[in-house]
Amino acid sequence: MSGTRTIQGQKNLQNIHQASKDGIGGSPLRPDGTLKVKGEFAYSSDMWHEDMLWGMALRSPHPRANILSVDISEALKVPGVYAVLTHEDIPGSKYYGLEIQDQPALAIDKVRYHGEAIALVAADHPETARRAVKKIKVEYEVLTPITTEEQCLDPETYGYVHEPHEYKSHGSGNICHSQKLVSGGGVTDEIRALADVIVKGTYEVGMQDQAFLGPESGLAVPAEDGGVDLYIATQWLHVDRQQMAPVLALPEEKVRLTLAGVGGAFGGREDLSMQIHACLLALHTGKPVKIVYSRDESFFGHVHRHPARMTYEHGATRDGKLVFADCRIVLDGGAYASASPAVVGNAASLGHGPYVIPNVRMEAIALYSNNPSCGAMRGFGAVQACFGYESQMDKLAAELGMDPVELRQINAVTQGDFMPTGQEIDAPAPVAELLQRVKDMPLPPPLDLENLDVRTLPGALSNTSHGEGIVRGIGYSVGIKNVGFSEGFDDYSTARVRLEVIGGEPVAMVHTAMAEVGQGGVTVHAQIARTELGVEQVTIHPANTEVGSAGSTSASRQTYMTGGAVKLAAEAVKQALIEKGRRRYGWEHKDITLVGGKVVSETGGVLVPMVDLLGDEAIDLTREHHHRPTVPFDKETGQGFGHVQYTFCANRAVVDVDVELGLVKVVELTAAQDVGKALNPLSVVGQIQGGCTQALGLAVMEEIVVKDGKVRNASFTDYLIPTILDTPPIPVDMLELPDPHAPYGLRGVGEAPTVSATPSIVAAIRNATGLALNRVPVRPEHLTGTL
Amino acid sequence: MRVTFTANGKPVEADDVWEGESLLYVLRERVGLPGSKNACEQGECGSCTVYLDGVPVCSCLVAAGQVQDREVRTVEGLAEESGDLGLVQQAFVDAGAVQCGFCTPGLLVQTDALLATDPQPSDTDIREALSGNLCRCTGYEKIMDAVRLASARTCAKAVSE
Repeated sequence: MSGTRTIQGQKNLQNIHQASKDGIGGSPLRPDGTLKVKGEFAYSSDMWHEDMLWGMALRSPHPRANILSVDISEALKVPGVYAVLTHEDIPGSKYYGLEIQDQPALAIDKVRYHGEAIALVAADHPETARRAVKKIKVEYEVLTPITTEEQCLDPETYGYVHEPHEYKSHGSGNICHSQKLVSGGGVTDEIRALADVIVKGTYEVGMQDQAFLGPESGLAVPAEDGGVDLYIATQWLHVDRQQMAPVLALPEEKVRLTLAGVGGAFGGREDLSMQIHACLLALHTGKPVKIVYSRDESFFGHVHRHPARMTYEHGATRDGKLVFADCRIVLDGGAYASASPAVVGNAASLGHGPYVIPNVRMEAIALYSNNPSCGAMRGFGAVQACFGYESQMDKLAAELGMDPVELRQINAVTQGDFMPTGQEIDAPAPVAELLQRVKDMPLPPPLDLENLDVRTLPGALSNTSHGEGIVRGIGYSVGIKNVGFSEGFDDYSTARVRLEVIGGEPVAMVHTAMAEVGQGGVTVHAQIARTELGVEQVTIHPANTEVGSAGSTSASRQTYMTGGAVKLAAEAVKQALIEKGRRRYGWEHKDITLVGGKVVSETGGVLVPMVDLLGDEAIDLTREHHHRPTVPFDKETGQGFGHVQYTFCANRAVVDVDVELGLVKVVELTAAQDVGKALNPLSVVGQIQGGCTQALGLAVMEEIVVKDGKVRNASFTDYLIPTILDTPPIPVDMLELPDPHAPYGLRGVGEAPTVSATPSIVAAIRNATGLALNRVPVRPEHLTGTL
Repeated sequence: MRVTFTANGKPVEADDVWEGESLLYVLRERVGLPGSKNACEQGECGSCTVYLDGVPVCSCLVAAGQVQDREVRTVEGLAEESGDLGLVQQAFVDAGAVQCGFCTPGLLVQTDALLATDPQPSDTDIREALSGNLCRCTGYEKIMDAVRLASARTCAKAVSE
């Protein structure tokens, strides 16, 4: 091939500029979809290796105890057992943690929560391992657990979860982290006097579980170089490795992680679970070791959403303008820090909602306690507060005799407003419009007593009502969430893009360490490569630690951050290819781009097919994507440009309540969300609907019940998540107002609906029943007056 | 013990099976059929649903010994003989009903069973039939779309045949 072919004519130019329908903005099918429906997609629990052993942990039955002795001798005698390990067998550092290294990989001399791992067994069969675990004799000195806010804040009387000299954070007493915030004139008596109306409320949020379906699992394979290869379901390969390597006493390059299939995450895989344990056993025995948690172990093996107790006070003028807001949020962080500091930062900075409030005060704290550890879960500190401030908005509207949507719209932030942190909202913030959109959607038909199908009523298949005692209610809410890691954290992403000719066609390969946990990032990466490189064929390289970090699949950040990195790398490949053409052909066109497998120019037409220009050469480039810098919030005033991006969702819930039995059926849950730019509309809508459904779970059913530090419902029989019968139609109205700071103008979408939807459902139940309902999940006894 | 049964039309044999093992464990760990999933292992989530002699069951609740000389059909047996996706499988992909996909194998078997008995279920019928299959990602809306799509295609196919 030599020279340049030029096609003249507007018509042809339109054709050659036709972008791939499977590029961004389209909804191509998932590249992993076929394997998943055939049952051939290899999840972490499907990993299998010849001669592999099964690992299992002994876990504490007590939330707080001193360990006086551990006797493993009987366990070692069980035929088929290859190893029994305690903390004494750990070769390196004994502690790890996401933000604060305060968690022992195996308990040392004491246990701080129900379910803490004490010892490990490797055996030839899971049942052998189970039996051996039971033969480990642990002598405990059982102590009274520190579980309530009052107990935690009085360590002199009730004791310390971590002794003062053990503190590795800026915390003290049993406080893991705290963040204050003051803006305007703060909240003083003088400020209060400016308000015509003041409403106060105390609200509680129960401990929610991520309840991903694929249990924690993985396979560790010892390597000849003394290192280990781990096939694992996680949210962030590189931060796993960063925490694992010091414990295993290995350099990071000898701890190689490859992402196995991930059966959901929702924050629950942000911390380590069985990673270190499987590697310890594999390195100790010299054999591959697989660990798969059972569902009950999964409840003990990952952190949960922080339960919260929140006190709010809002003042407004008679015409509904907010004058001040005051709030204190107490989050129970449980035994170890996990992500508590960042969750506190979110609660403090987002805890007054998407409203313009001239005078604000806030204090958010996370406690150390002997309750289960809490950390990341979808919504991350913004969920709890949203239930508080949205409940307050309804209370204030009632006090003022105003429409609750109108009150919110009067006070809603918009672009150019300032958050209580002093951060300007410098991108679209259509809060009032989102509320209007859900309000304007048609309502579902009223309950038709003549043509009832009991399956659609509260109680459903239990056949508890034929329409009697059913009252309908409607509620609204709106919420705010940040996108990306905040407070000065540079959670950059790396992407490698390779372009070469395979089988006579230009093919792009995208290699990142992004954890695909179901969100569809792999689909979006291929779409970005198609759009930027003008190719149809894109392969996605398995995610592993051979390429740089992709950051975490959390904080609604992956499309923004790793998608952005793929865009940068693809753009670099594109430029390199065009430069090659300029050198070879001497092109001087300024508008050269890649479309439909060809190098084209508006002015020059088709310049050359990409395959001819590439020849045998591959262009293989790696780029990092950093978001704009943020800063930590000032410790006392909470001021600072702390967040990368904000995202908003509004909901309307329609519920039927059986007021005699206290049963709730959500009839419809409408969502309106600004997504900036929907790179894959099918996936975006799926994210919003899934996010709303987890919020529904928190509203009416999901809670880990903890009594005196002990978990009482560690199973899917007793911890209820919404079924298809509990879940209503979820109409989604998607707004696309581009964010000028984000790749393609996109906005992270995964979390906002989980933040905003819960209060709309509770508002609807209040509307139906007239009850105050200051706690979620709302249970039947809250509705029937039996509590 | 030794257990012999038919899996997806082929005879299989598993040796050294411990009496406490479930059909799910034998499928996943002994006969190379890990498509059926292990999300709760107590019959609450439906991820392990397989056909046992044509009836959908939670394979985690079936003792391995109970399947001696019986016929099991798993998600791996839902594709066409050509290897192309079956109608229900294709509908789940097309409708965006697959996110993490861990619930998908069980939902596919249950949907297949529903449409075999009722090719045109109402929305409420679909919800009732799938109420034993938990999904944590999708909010079920795309799953409803997938079943409706599979139903429409099933009916269209019946008409064309």
